[in-house]
Amino acid sequence: MTTVDYARSGPRRLLSGRFAWPTGFLVVGVLVLLFYYLIVAGYASDATRQWSQTWLPLDTLNQALIWAMCALGLNIVVGYAGLLDLGYVAFWAIGSYVAGWLASTFFHQVNINILGNPAPFITGGIHFNYAVVFVAGAAICALFGIIIGAPTLRLRSDYLAIVTLGFGEIIPQIFHNGDDLGGFNLSNGNKGITPVDHIKGPQISQTYGLRWWQDLASGDTNNLSKFVILAVLLALIVFISLRLRVGRLGRAWLAIREDELAAGAMGVPLMRTKLAAYAVGALAGGIAGVGYSIEIGGVLPDAFDFSKSVTLLAMVVLGGMGNVWGVMIGAIFLGWFNQTGLGQIGQTINDAAGTHINFQNFTFGLFGIVLVLMMLFRREGLIPEARTRLVLREPERTAMESLGSDMEEQAPELDEIREVTRDDLPEQREPALEADTPRGGTQ
Amino acid sequence: MSVVNGPLLALDEIHVYYGNIAAVKGLSLIVWPGEIVSLIGSNGAGKSTTLRTISGLLRPRRGTATFNSTRLDRTPAEQIVRLGISHSPEGRRIFPRMSVAENLDLGAFIRKDRAAVEHDRQNVLELFPRLRERIDQKAGTLSGGEQQMLAVARALMARPKLLLLDEPSMGLAPVLVEVIFETIRTIREQGTTILLVEQNALAALGIADRAYVLESGSLKLEGAARDLVRDPEIARAYLGG
Repeated sequence: MTTVDYARSGPRRLLSGRFAWPTGFLVVGVLVLLFYYLIVAGYASDATRQWSQTWLPLDTLNQALIWAMCALGLNIVVGYAGLLDLGYVAFWAIGSYVAGWLASTFFHQVNINILGNPAPFITGGIHFNYAVVFVAGAAICALFGIIIGAPTLRLRSDYLAIVTLGFGEIIPQIFHNGDDLGGFNLSNGNKGITPVDHIKGPQISQTYGLRWWQDLASGDTNNLSKFVILAVLLALIVFISLRLRVGRLGRAWLAIREDELAAGAMGVPLMRTKLAAYAVGALAGGIAGVGYSIEIGGVLPDAFDFSKSVTLLAMVVLGGMGNVWGVMIGAIFLGWFNQTGLGQIGQTINDAAGTHINFQNFTFGLFGIVLVLMMLFRREGLIPEARTRLVLREPERTAMESLGSDMEEQAPELDEIREVTRDDLPEQREPALEADTPRGGTQ
Repeated sequence: MSVVNGPLLALDEIHVYYGNIAAVKGLSLIVWPGEIVSLIGSNGAGKSTTLRTISGLLRPRRGTATFNSTRLDRTPAEQIVRLGISHSPEGRRIFPRMSVAENLDLGAFIRKDRAAVEHDRQNVLELFPRLRERIDQKAGTLSGGEQQMLAVARALMARPKLLLLDEPSMGLAPVLVEVIFETIRTIREQGTTILLVEQNALAALGIADRAYVLESGSLKLEGAARDLVRDPEIARAYLGG
């Protein structure tokens, strides 16, 4: 009977849940949109406008959405497949530069314009439509995910983390120093690539109402339109994350995360599955990178440093590794907190106490404290993945089982024997324990 | 597709190394269809290494491994499962944060024939009724014996021709060992050939047709299980008598 239930519960839950999250996502999105529309269109009170500008500017919200996309991509690599990546910023950077290359006047040697949107009176450069740029950014990043992954994914846990850390440093360095690669200017060095073309989209504003295909530069009116685009892209990444998770690939990732050797023994193609995690994760990073360039209107190499990788990882850990919603909310919250929240909270405290503390200087200190506290009291994240909640509370067994290739040393079921028959212990146990030592040496 | 009357599995002079250390030195063995063959020996004798070599998790430095006339030593691990070799690894290695049902699903990872998978799921749940009771429970919360049952059941879900069992009795109370070994016999009766690695030599020889005794990576003795049980040397070294 239980098995029948199991067999049915899968598809049924999927069906009823199929529209659940998109509806929720849409409702929240529309509410946010309405809120800002009222402000932009001048219907909101001055107090509300003031409040939103100081506490929750649209600009910050948009960047928080970009953080969320990137964090969801990292979540696939770290949360789903269990591959620690400390250099995820590399993909964000590559995505950003793809936008710089394909939608600006940077490559002035050529003159390509495919449904692009160059600024008026400007010739030269490559100007692709931003939809193309997003696709290209995603594809190129996925490709880089595979290129970076192929040599590194043979490594295990700590070593993989170290190598990815290296890549996270190398890629931005290449962009930093890429203004003269054998005479070729790839990245314009420290100056970065500015401006990136404005995108065109539906503009929602006070004076003109809704207008189609307007230039979306900066400013609240345009940020509102960008919010729509970014929210849709975020929804796409959420969708990909959720779908992959329940599919065959998702199961393979979980299996690898749980126990690589056993997964291999079950016929999960380890290398290919891990590469897929890297590629999909990188794809999300690429989309986020393109979004970032469009949002800030340019590409600056200084934006891509190690702290971004760490922040992304903090978002994933804080939200709850493997849980899409946890990670998304964690990322949006931390994105806001970094950009606006901390400063405003600090300001409030300063005003109240009459102090002059620059709270933003303490961002990473606070992050550190929060992460330490999380690891002490809520290792599974704020919104933990259901399956993690249970076992993370007794980490010894899982940690042991993922160690090395030989499990004999652990003989973890002492308790079991104790339970049943104590008399049999000596004969059963002793040879096992003694004989263990030489085997350990051969590993 | 299989060679008529040929062995199901043949290892020919395989040498397996961990770095510079030879774990298996020139081992040859044969498994015929329908047999239960046991590999016994103390810890470090190279038993598990041999199984890992067969299932492709390790590569032999020299020698060949052939399954149904396919060269295993040149086939990737995930393909070897598809050929019909399923490995229940040492130490159970179940997926602790997945439910029993998900573990079984992963055992059938390579299979696309859903109806047959469902049939096999029912079959293994018949073999191990305890698992049916705990089907939605996280595998990490099962007792050791149940985890071992799950490990065997999961390996069976690939519908193997050859089942590699690595120490299914490890850490289990004698009562449970008996249950597991009885089930192994049933699995053979259902048509699966079994290569069984055991430290519990007495139990292994009790159900095996033939056995190979390994000592520090080389073959020490081989023969029919019932003869080996009576061999005084074996008795002294492995049977505690």
